[in-house]
Amino acid sequence: MYGLFLRHFYLITRSFPRILDLIYWPSIQITLWGFISNFFASHTTFYNNAVGVILTCAILYDFLFRTSIGFNMLFLEEIWSRNFTNLFIAPMKISEILTSLIFTALVRALIGLIPAVLLTSPLFGISILELGIYLFFLFLSLYVFGITLGILVSAGLLRFGPSFENIAWSTMFLLAPFGCIYYPIEILPEIFQKIAYMLPLVYIFEEARNILINNTVDISNLIKAFMLNIIYIIISITLFFYSFNKARDKGTLINIGE
Amino acid sequence: MKTLVEVQDLKKDYGEKQAVKSISFKINENEILGLLGPNGSGKTTTIGMMLGLLKPTSGEILIEGDKIEKNRIKILQKINFISPYIELPKKLTVKQNLIVFGKLYKIKNLNDRIDYLTSKLRLNDILNRITGELSSGQKNRASLAKSLINDPKVLLLDEPTASLDPEIGDFIRSFLEDYIKEKKISILLASHNMNEVTRLCKSILMMKDGIIIDSGNPANLIEKHGRKNLEEVFLKLSRSLNEYN
Repeated sequence: MYGLFLRHFYLITRSFPRILDLIYWPSIQITLWGFISNFFASHTTFYNNAVGVILTCAILYDFLFRTSIGFNMLFLEEIWSRNFTNLFIAPMKISEILTSLIFTALVRALIGLIPAVLLTSPLFGISILELGIYLFFLFLSLYVFGITLGILVSAGLLRFGPSFENIAWSTMFLLAPFGCIYYPIEILPEIFQKIAYMLPLVYIFEEARNILINNTVDISNLIKAFMLNIIYIIISITLFFYSFNKARDKGTLINIGE
Repeated sequence: MKTLVEVQDLKKDYGEKQAVKSISFKINENEILGLLGPNGSGKTTTIGMMLGLLKPTSGEILIEGDKIEKNRIKILQKINFISPYIELPKKLTVKQNLIVFGKLYKIKNLNDRIDYLTSKLRLNDILNRITGELSSGQKNRASLAKSLINDPKVLLLDEPTASLDPEIGDFIRSFLEDYIKEKKISILLASHNMNEVTRLCKSILMMKDGIIIDSGNPANLIEKHGRKNLEEVFLKLSRSLNEYN
């Protein structure tokens, strides 16, 4: 497992543009949403008492996005570098490959997120730490869901080959409207609300807003997010193993690496 | 002589298409077995199954007596593979790649192993260079070092000298001859270079349309088919349309 982590550690640390790329987009994203937050805060009454709501949600969403895309990138990196076969003929269990990628994706996401979070305080006078200890649980839930999406997309890449790559980029954008990241769930049409309630995202972002606006904590939201995360990650890992077996049957593992 | 690889009635179907139709062969220790055949004859599929990348439809592959389908991880520890169609991560240096794969194969005394391969494969000058910036010959030597990082008992080589200049090609062939004498490993060599096969292999398998259509010592095959060299034997067998179906 350490070997696979090391492969990506070398890759990132050898290249300044790669490090810059990891830091650049989250920072731009947070800065943009920071100015939008300031504008809304000064022009609407809804946000008057919670200037940091949008920005905090933007940071949380970006963490989810980076985790998911980060996991996909690790997998795609092996395909692009034609190293895929080398990886799958190494004596590593699938569970070891997944564990290594899950940990590496976290490191990648944090490299991007930490500078962005540090920017928010001097630029906008907002600290995400206002969420307190519950920040950890919100991040944990988002991390697990981001990894879940990453594993699902990687399962698709294994099953259908590199042509599935476009799906890898669009997953998060597809789910974002249902995640109720920047608005309460009541904004959604009823049918969309039913879909949204099946995702852990809605409970995570509702709770983040609840803590920041009402200064109260609804543990049931965190528990619902946790339970849904458990269900989805079990499904995604099962699908990954199924896809691996199918790929061995169909020959995708050979073709994908060439 | 000890048999390291045993393939028994191996078949692979992709839906209706039969890519490999019941092949059997053995490779002893200290032996290089040549696997010849035109494109689409089933060579890559066979190698894929031996590496555990493909699930056989039926049949068995045993490495030192262990079945790959039941002991995949244990067997992968003992084998390795090189092909011009797969590459080492391009952005890493040669040494970083060897460290990464050494860790993946859980090699003890990794530095000693890297030093040994560096010396044997003349990697000193390129060890700290970015792999993607190397010439074909240098990349080939780096890939060969990776394929030997776990001191494999069985080495699968797919076109190991394709696109190399004659000098580098000769160096690789000489290296393999010396290495097999030193380590007494088994090698399966898939190649379209008939001179290479004639030089390295004491026995060869000729595949076509998923079956082994002929096998034996290169000299005996040349004599048996009444041709001047192995290339002519290959062409004769390759052009014999549907004769073996």
